Amino acid sequence: MAQMTMIQAITDAMRTELKNDENVLVFGEDVGQNGGVFRATEGLQDEFGEERVFDTPLAESGIGGLAVGLALEGFRPVPEIQFFGFVYEVMDSISGQLARMRYRSGGHHTAPVTIRSPFGGGVHTPELHADSLEGLIAQQPGIKVVIPSNPYDAKGLLISAIRDNDPVLFLEHMKLYRSFREEVPEEEYTVEIGKAEVKREGTDVTLISYGAMVHASLKAAEELEKDGVSAEVIDLRTVSPIDIDTIIESVKKTNHVVVVQEAQRQAGVSANVVAEIQERAILHLEAPVLRVTAPDTVYSFSAAEEVWLPNHNDIVEKVNTVLNF
Amino acid sequence: MKHVLESVESQFEMFQILNEDGKIVNKDDMPDLSDEELKELMRRMVYTRILDQRSIALNRQGRLGFYAPTAGQEASQLGSQFALEKDDFILPGYRDVPQLIWQGLPLYQAFLFSRGHFHGNQMPEGVNALSPQIIIGAQYVQTAGVALGIKKRGRKAVAVTYTGDGGTSQGDFYEGINFAGAYKAPALFFVQNNYFAISVPVEKQTNAKTLAQKAVAAGIEGIQVDGMDVLAVYAVTKHSRDRAINGEGPTLIETLTYRYGPHTMAGDDPTRYRTEDLDNEWEKKDPLVRFRTFLEEKGIWSEEEENKVIEEAKNEIKQAIKKADEYPKQKVTDFIENMFEELPHNLQEQMEEYKEKESK
Ligand SMILES: Cc1ncc(C[n+]2csc(CCOP(=O)(O)OP(=O)(O)O)c2C)c(N)n1
Repeated sequence: MAQMTMIQAITDAMRTELKNDENVLVFGEDVGQNGGVFRATEGLQDEFGEERVFDTPLAESGIGGLAVGLALEGFRPVPEIQFFGFVYEVMDSISGQLARMRYRSGGHHTAPVTIRSPFGGGVHTPELHADSLEGLIAQQPGIKVVIPSNPYDAKGLLISAIRDNDPVLFLEHMKLYRSFREEVPEEEYTVEIGKAEVKREGTDVTLISYGAMVHASLKAAEELEKDGVSAEVIDLRTVSPIDIDTIIESVKKTNHVVVVQEAQRQAGVSANVVAEIQERAILHLEAPVLRVTAPDTVYSFSAAEEVWLPNHNDIVEKVNTVLNF
Repeated sequence: MKHVLESVESQFEMFQILNEDGKIVNKDDMPDLSDEELKELMRRMVYTRILDQRSIALNRQGRLGFYAPTAGQEASQLGSQFALEKDDFILPGYRDVPQLIWQGLPLYQAFLFSRGHFHGNQMPEGVNALSPQIIIGAQYVQTAGVALGIKKRGRKAVAVTYTGDGGTSQGDFYEGINFAGAYKAPALFFVQNNYFAISVPVEKQTNAKTLAQKAVAAGIEGIQVDGMDVLAVYAVTKHSRDRAINGEGPTLIETLTYRYGPHTMAGDDPTRYRTEDLDNEWEKKDPLVRFRTFLEEKGIWSEEEENKVIEEAKNEIKQAIKKADEYPKQKVTDFIENMFEELPHNLQEQMEEYKEKESK
């Protein structure tokens, strides 16, 4: 075992799969010699050569199209979109092409592509770098959306994503890249896509979240414990498809739910979670399911980011509302 | 079968007026600028170099935020802007803050832009420009639109945009120059080729020998110019602007230049992708050095004069930072206010919520 940050775990996952499968190709803007702007691909070009790990010209639609084409030639592309705010440039390749490849060819072609991309707030980036746009892709049938909250999951989920025969969007929260280390096995292992994890057991209320908000939820749970409230915290890990079973099991136990996301409130992943819960477990609820989200503006200019982003205090407040309903 | 690539490519040669030693090598194209105008150009380059140094220092002290260094690119940025008129519309990239400043954006607002305060993006009345574009290429297609609008209005003005060598790989780049060409719209498309897109060298960006030649496919004029020669950049811009206004269509202008600093101040390390030798080679071509030599030989510039500009710049920067510090704090309610002309129900509710939060 080794102590790794999330970014080291991500590099390690790519190294593992580059070794395992000669069809795996890693490419994108600055991922070669530079090792990526966050150093996620550090050392990979040296180790595997420019044929397998390479820089592309600067064009996200080009990168997306390249991934589609290489997949058609039997490769297993792992392209990087340098920041997920640039996804609008590659939307057609993702939603219009990759996600529909198996479907429109009647299963003749597949698209085993894993798109990696950093996103997430709190690190004072310029516009269109930090936006939580997972909801945009979660809306698209035919592609899975994975968001790890810690180094262990990041490695296991990324290996699963690369091995998956369907397209996967793998979103990496920038704030989590180097915020902490934990034990990560050096050998290969997988974490199943589509499975949530109960990060903390509790009996009074269920907090459901993903990405950086898992940590805000855990912090809220600690605060709540001081007031004698026992909160269960679920990390979705995959936001499309959602692990309904784990959620419903918890709802049946706590009868109170708050869903937490960093993204804006309108539409989005949390609304979907709320809908699933009320369709399947309404008689187990003792209060409405509430959401903690960012407001419905375009992503914050960085000067007000700390206020704009949801935090553990917002979560505690919503939990109290739910418990006192 | 006839192959034309080589012959087309070989036609694109770098346009220059002032060589590295500050000597005029191309008298015929020497722009018609008065001594005062020549000195003003120098003043702006010196001022902007100081602004860059101060911005980097402020960033390192944690007092600035997002910043993309400009040193090395002064001739490309300021030589082109100097040929513009107030009525022209600028669509800049993230490194093109100097052009905005000389077009009229107050310095303290440039600092607020860096700090992620939206007042930095609020162009003052009379400054025809967008705030710097973050999405590489977006400004190129939009420029075709602004230029077509200018044409439809019958205004004697141009739309001007900037990107880097990396930006020429975007689909938006080709769409922009092609649309503007198709409408013969008055647009100037600048590519500041500083040879690197973050870490990726221009040879990996494209198989084309020059970036200017990309104009050929769009059926518009393209020209490659020495981007370290402020007179050449000025002359090309002025000439292309006149043509555009006369209805002769847009021009793609590639300026050959170099950024001395890192890509941005957010952790880029140029030693990972550039050699010291290359850095030194380019510093020999420095735009300030050669223009200073030229002006001194003309007898219209001195160290004394330059020091005055430096002092003035430092003073104004200090004052602008103070003004930025004192500017009202950015609020989430400001964002909500600016989402729609009339707030929909969800935002009305959230307005109340954040008013309460911000009053605490
Ligand atoms: C659509 C888009 N893709 C990627 C980026 C990230 N990025 C910012 S600057 C840059 C390199 C740009 O290089 P170039 O166009 O040569 O301009 P320079 O920075 O050298 O001035 C990249 C990849 C971005 N801002 N927008």
